Amino acid sequence: MKISVTVTLKKDVLDPQGKVVKQTLKNMGHQNIEDIRQGKYFEIEINEKDKEKAKKIIEEISVKLLSNTIIEDYTINYK
Amino acid sequence: MKSSVIVFPGSNCDRDVAVALEKFKIKNEMVWHDEVALPKCDLVVLPGGFSYGDYLRTGCIASKSRIINSIVEHAKKGGLILGICNGFQILIETGLLPGTLLRNKKLKFISKNIFLKVINTDNNFCTNYKNKNIIELPIAHNEGNFFGNNNLINKLEDNNLIAFKYCDNKGKIEKESNPNGSSNNIAGILNNNKNILGMMPHPERLIDPLLSGEDGSLLFTSLLKS
Repeated sequence: MKISVTVTLKKDVLDPQGKVVKQTLKNMGHQNIEDIRQGKYFEIEINEKDKEKAKKIIEEISVKLLSNTIIEDYTINYK
Repeated sequence: MKSSVIVFPGSNCDRDVAVALEKFKIKNEMVWHDEVALPKCDLVVLPGGFSYGDYLRTGCIASKSRIINSIVEHAKKGGLILGICNGFQILIETGLLPGTLLRNKKLKFISKNIFLKVINTDNNFCTNYKNKNIIELPIAHNEGNFFGNNNLINKLEDNNLIAFKYCDNKGKIEKESNPNGSSNNIAGILNNNKNILGMMPHPERLIDPLLSGEDGSLLFTSLLKS
């Protein structure tokens, strides 16, 4: 089963990299870009047919390793 | 007193800190991260560097190393742990210290000497700073911007768990003297039991007049008393 996890900084955490990307885009002439938040994207292949079990495992690794829940949110996408 | 310096792939201040420990007659052993058990020791040092190339988040992969379980056990028994720079980041990812370290506010790797005020001298690491609480140490990091929610910052302030704050050469703690954007100018913190210290500045780099200063020495001589 293929599952992806997206990790982004929480709304109230400053994202200096996103800010720089946004500023650069503005410099390139894209005045309509209002905000950019940079994050991380993981594609995970898991050898587990039971969807519920897989969900549980991905949930666990998202909290324990892939994200730092103090400053980051994660979203799990099941294909 | 005996110490163990943990070596991760990518550690690069491990030998510097070993030289510092040995200079002050602390018997040190280097311990590879893949070991399961710690040698008998009073102090564990997590050195600076770039463990695992800072993959995922700084200190993140190192915090899942095999040796970490015995370090957590060591901490529970009240053993001393010192995390410097990347070591501080590892302690945070391990959960032994609270908060998190974000990228420096201005996105730049900062390598320079800064001034620090020693806020808490009532712990095993800082007793010798009682008579000299404004010191100069080098910093060299990209992710040293200490961040925590208001509850955490208040808890650290109220319980006197902040060991060091960035200041100017007169000891004034202001925005201007904050190199990386850390909340309340925090440069180093202690855990509740004050047996764990995490700090971004490098005391091991200023332990000899030949290295242009000795302000780091007092941290190591404080440890000798404990």
